Amino acid sequence: MTGLDTEIVAGGPPTLSVGEETLEELLATHRESVLEEWLAAQIAMPGHRSDLLDDRVLRSESAEFLDLLQEGARGGKNGTIDAPSWDRARDFLSDLSRSRASAGFTPSETAAFVLSLKEPLFARLAEDPSRDTRSVLRASAAMSRVFDGLALLTSEQFQRGRESVIARQQREMIELSTPVVSLWDGVLALPLIGTLDSERTQVVMESLLERIVETGSMIAIIDITGVPTVDTSVAQHLLKTVAAARLMGADCIISGIRPQIAQTIVHLGLTLGEVTTKATMAGAISVALELSGQMIVPRPT
Amino acid sequence: MSREINERIPVLKLGDILLVTIQVDMHDQLALTLQNELTEKIVETQAHGVVIDISGLEVVDSFIGRMLSNLASMARVLDAETVVCGMQPAVAITLVELGLSLPGIRTALNAEQGIALLQGHPAAPVEARGHAPAAP
Repeated sequence: MTGLDTEIVAGGPPTLSVGEETLEELLATHRESVLEEWLAAQIAMPGHRSDLLDDRVLRSESAEFLDLLQEGARGGKNGTIDAPSWDRARDFLSDLSRSRASAGFTPSETAAFVLSLKEPLFARLAEDPSRDTRSVLRASAAMSRVFDGLALLTSEQFQRGRESVIARQQREMIELSTPVVSLWDGVLALPLIGTLDSERTQVVMESLLERIVETGSMIAIIDITGVPTVDTSVAQHLLKTVAAARLMGADCIISGIRPQIAQTIVHLGLTLGEVTTKATMAGAISVALELSGQMIVPRPT
Repeated sequence: MSREINERIPVLKLGDILLVTIQVDMHDQLALTLQNELTEKIVETQAHGVVIDISGLEVVDSFIGRMLSNLASMARVLDAETVVCGMQPAVAITLVELGLSLPGIRTALNAEQGIALLQGHPAAPVEARGHAPAAP
């Protein structure tokens, strides 16, 4: 194995293109037989999902991929699939992995689409009488590299698809956890629960500001009873929200500051500026009512 | 080019308050024209307050933010108080992210509240602070 590797490396730049050149040549001369064998291999594979994938679709996908592969090999001559000529092949594979991922294929089943093409191609290579063992080995190793790159690409895309799902769920969770409550005529409350990071602050800020416009509220109470810790960045985020609300013409009151949090704020040397703060939501409500010129009085008996 | 020169932002006089309604996206030349016109109008009418309604403004950059700040400072020098009103949420977020929280400028949700604020109306939140709550 080591001998072979050294051989390729020692050959320098010209051998880097061996993979593409062989690939192009093989696809040009044996396209039909390779396609048939590849299809047969894909269908025979233990992981083949005839329940999810129609044979005709598979055939057209495979044929298209062979064309794109040929196109990529024609333009790229450096042993990787980074060259612009591979763009379409990579896009095709990305789309394929995405659609297969959403159809319920596993990453290895998706990667097998590319990897199963190796065998028919290597077989053609070995059958070629003009090649000696050395050149067959060299060409197949170089071709392998291209295929490995493509197979990795499918896994990567698969993972990316999963990650986008996770990100979407995260976003939904953020939205669910930041309700803006209309507390009184002209008074909004925003009970924050959980840690504030910059992304969440953005959502909180947006939903608060939108509700301020919708309801025409002049006062917003931000309740941080449910925020476990307040550090400099959380305080920064809170102040940003308050500043944005102020720019729109609404006053903010921060309430629900627990004794522990008050101590932390002072120890960290944070200043909440000119923001009105109250220990409890009840205190904040009475301030809000006072600010908006309203009051609650006991009913006369 | 000629279109830009013809474009103007009207400055309306309402009692001793000037009302500026920005309904188009500001560009630099327009901002400078407004600065000139507003200061001249304040001097001319002896206005005590300026209400700048920016509800139509959807895009801001640091230049516009600074311009608002400058307008308020200029008005203050000429003894007129400025209230910026009707800021869109997206605009408010952008300004905060740019670090331009416009300190010293008073704000209101809409032009009506802005005018009430300048006239010292009891319903105005900042004015009411520290005073006895007004009768409902």
